[in-house]
Amino acid sequence: MSKPSSSPTTATSRRAFLQGGGLLLGFALFGAGIKPVLAASTAQPVDGDVTAAFAPDAFIRIGTDGLITLILPNIEMGQGTHTGEATLIAEELEVGLDQVKAVDAPPNDKLYATAALGGQATGGSTSMRATWEPLRKAGATARMMLIAAAAAEWSVPAGECVARLGVVTHQPTGRQLAYGALADAAARQPVPSQVTLKDPKDFQLIGKSSRRLDTPGKVNGAVKYGIDIRVPDMKVATVAACPVLGGKLGDVDDRAARAVPGVRDIVRLDNAVAVIGDHFWAAKKGLEALDISWVDGANANLASANIMAALKAASERKKPIMARQEGDVDGRMKAAATKVEATYELPFLAHAPMEPINCVVHVRPDECEIWVGTQVPAIAQGLAAQVTGLPLDKVILHNQLIGGGFGRRLVAESVAQAAAIAKQVSYPVKVIWTREEDIQHDLYRPAYYDRISAGLGADGLPTVWVDHVAGGSVLGNYIPGGWPEDKLDDDAVEGAAKPPYDLPVIQVDWVREDPPVPITWWRGVGPTHNVFVVESFMDELAHAAGKDPVEYRRTLTRNQPRAAGVLELAAEKSGWSTPLAAGMGRGISLHDAFGSYMAAVLEISVSPAGEITLHRAVVAVDCGITINPNTVEAQIEGGLIFGLSAALYSGITFTDGRVDQSNFHDYRILRNNEAPKIEIYHVKSSESPGGIGETATVSAAPALANAIFAATGKRLRTLPFNRDALKTDGADKKSVSMIPPLAAPIAAALASVKPADTELEKL
Amino acid sequence: MIALNVNGEERNVDVPEDMPLLWVLRDVIGLTGTKFGCGIAQCGACTVQLDGRPVRSCVLPVASVGARKVTTIEAIGTTPAGKKIQDAWLDLEVIQCGYCQSGQIMSASALLDRNPAPSDRDIDAAMSGNICRCGTYTRIRAAIKQAAKA
Repeated sequence: MSKPSSSPTTATSRRAFLQGGGLLLGFALFGAGIKPVLAASTAQPVDGDVTAAFAPDAFIRIGTDGLITLILPNIEMGQGTHTGEATLIAEELEVGLDQVKAVDAPPNDKLYATAALGGQATGGSTSMRATWEPLRKAGATARMMLIAAAAAEWSVPAGECVARLGVVTHQPTGRQLAYGALADAAARQPVPSQVTLKDPKDFQLIGKSSRRLDTPGKVNGAVKYGIDIRVPDMKVATVAACPVLGGKLGDVDDRAARAVPGVRDIVRLDNAVAVIGDHFWAAKKGLEALDISWVDGANANLASANIMAALKAASERKKPIMARQEGDVDGRMKAAATKVEATYELPFLAHAPMEPINCVVHVRPDECEIWVGTQVPAIAQGLAAQVTGLPLDKVILHNQLIGGGFGRRLVAESVAQAAAIAKQVSYPVKVIWTREEDIQHDLYRPAYYDRISAGLGADGLPTVWVDHVAGGSVLGNYIPGGWPEDKLDDDAVEGAAKPPYDLPVIQVDWVREDPPVPITWWRGVGPTHNVFVVESFMDELAHAAGKDPVEYRRTLTRNQPRAAGVLELAAEKSGWSTPLAAGMGRGISLHDAFGSYMAAVLEISVSPAGEITLHRAVVAVDCGITINPNTVEAQIEGGLIFGLSAALYSGITFTDGRVDQSNFHDYRILRNNEAPKIEIYHVKSSESPGGIGETATVSAAPALANAIFAATGKRLRTLPFNRDALKTDGADKKSVSMIPPLAAPIAAALASVKPADTELEKL
Repeated sequence: MIALNVNGEERNVDVPEDMPLLWVLRDVIGLTGTKFGCGIAQCGACTVQLDGRPVRSCVLPVASVGARKVTTIEAIGTTPAGKKIQDAWLDLEVIQCGYCQSGQIMSASALLDRNPAPSDRDIDAAMSGNICRCGTYTRIRAAIKQAAKA
């Protein structure tokens, strides 16, 4: 992690290499035309850089003391990226992971951009795909220069020297020099124009479940997240934005708040008010003591039903933007022996990362210093520069370890807000949002209304497939200046446009209907939405054709070898064809997204009261070459549970322009007692690595929908799943799933602690 | 002034009586390992132990702590159960973002301390109050079982 330090240092020996080594990625979230190059060279030092004698590029620093620092382009938010990216460099640099220190890259869009994301960003399951080649090349280049330095020192051919675990050995004589001793001389070596990467059979680290670099300090409270930063003279603020989305701040009577002990300042913004105190509690009490009037604005009467009605109307009336059209769609539909149609509805979703939104800012007359965990450090820096009116190079941003991102920290509007608060006072301010503020002022995963249909031939197989997607444009809400109204936002149809099936006659289109609330990326946004529709509907077709859902997909993946591979493995390992007890059901989901293939089988039961129990999940994955199997499995386990949470519980709704949900009691997250057993199986692959952070999130809802159908015969096409629809006739119990369990520790706390005031009685 | 015993040290803090222990630990004493997640005892990120029992410090007024000994994540490794839990957590690579894990570890070590061989039901009861947004639940369960055998 970047140390909280105000003194940016200067790189001494930066070298130009890897020039022109641009990435050619097989995907582009931001379309063509934006092609920043990861690992571009520069002679310019960047703020917050790490200095060392040997600094061959933007990623590797080796000091004469032997300290090896790896500056990693993507941030760690739990997904294991630091370990993965360090593995790529270390593999070719010939060092052990226990010999390196990993740090976050400072904001620099030229040096650390992820091509597919159009800037310095961590998201879209792109990190390992984007760095797979350049970081290995960086390691190999540095290793060659270290070997060349040693060979020159000994006056021997470089070909007689090998590097291993940070030491160069002259094989014929056994002489050795450690990297630290070679650092000065290596810096004077020419940069090799050609580097040869290892044959995968020689990998020492890639493919092994190396220990994570970031976890030892997470078991004892030692690591610092953004919210843990404390700088001298810092005060703590909490904030309330207008509860009606898009509304403004009216009058504020702050007399009572100023009387709260520990309250220091009240700061007014255009659409929010913040109270600054000696500690969070003073700020929170102060905020509660404010008498605020809001100017509600255009959304004063906004309700969820209106938004869904507008989506439905747009879907039926507006001219769509074509994403894919192949074959005689109309003709085939008319000629079909059977026609199947369905409509699916998906809600807005909040991110709710465990670490609430926070940001420490100190605005001084000539510069601004920021400590924050962000997925987009360069964007955050730019926003702070705009707000403070300072030049970009006077905004120093220290990126921090992140307590959960999931797309929430791909936007940095809260950094701009914190800077706007901090610029009104002279001291450093840590702004912390309450959980209520986090849930009610998120930027949401869009709601969607999708109409899908297919014509089936006499054999029951689809002869034509038509998927009409309707929803807002995430890209349009993300890119400054928006996205052209008539241009396809690929994200809206990702996972729908190219299902991994043989569907020769297909039409997929999108109607853009931007909601009046802010929307943004969410873990697996496009595929998570579309694959729910595609895979639920594929199940509907199988049942309409009287076929087993796995057998049906098997027939349709004859020319899709990687999809067929995971399908067969998941079917086999789950015991797909073995019988289940009454009330139980198995559902399958198959998809190809983020460069990886996945099939998941969920085994569930549904009680007469409509309660769903998740018994077992079996996941088969083909994510190409696996850099760290343990990390891949962790991401699948976590991604699946993230998706199951959403499918079972999550949905943001609006009444009078206000978000109805406010905290984890009404925006529920799956709990430990509800999680299924999860088994993961790998299809061995020599393809380049695929993304894995979002892949299993995509599988969750369709596998669950299909399992619910298998268990009950009821097809649920609206998320989150409505348990009331699953009640058996005569069961009159109110669904209890939405009520979180009163955990034993809380009960224990109540039993052992005398409630000193009403706070405890609330429990 | 309110007197507290935190991780074996006597502390005197000049704070309002209704201030939750969480904010006393984080903003006054400077022990930031205990996390803020929800503020209403729903997520468990703020779990600490009072005389070995897990409590949600975000709703626990500091004045109600009294003479009970407060143990936080920073010191849980000095207890036998805490050390076993930390070791198992690392051995099974339970952790992803880690933000909830202070609370998870405090709940799990309290469980293991009073129940050396917890069943799945015991784990359900003790751990269902701790939310993990990264979804590390299956590993948490496995790590508690491994720690119980250590």
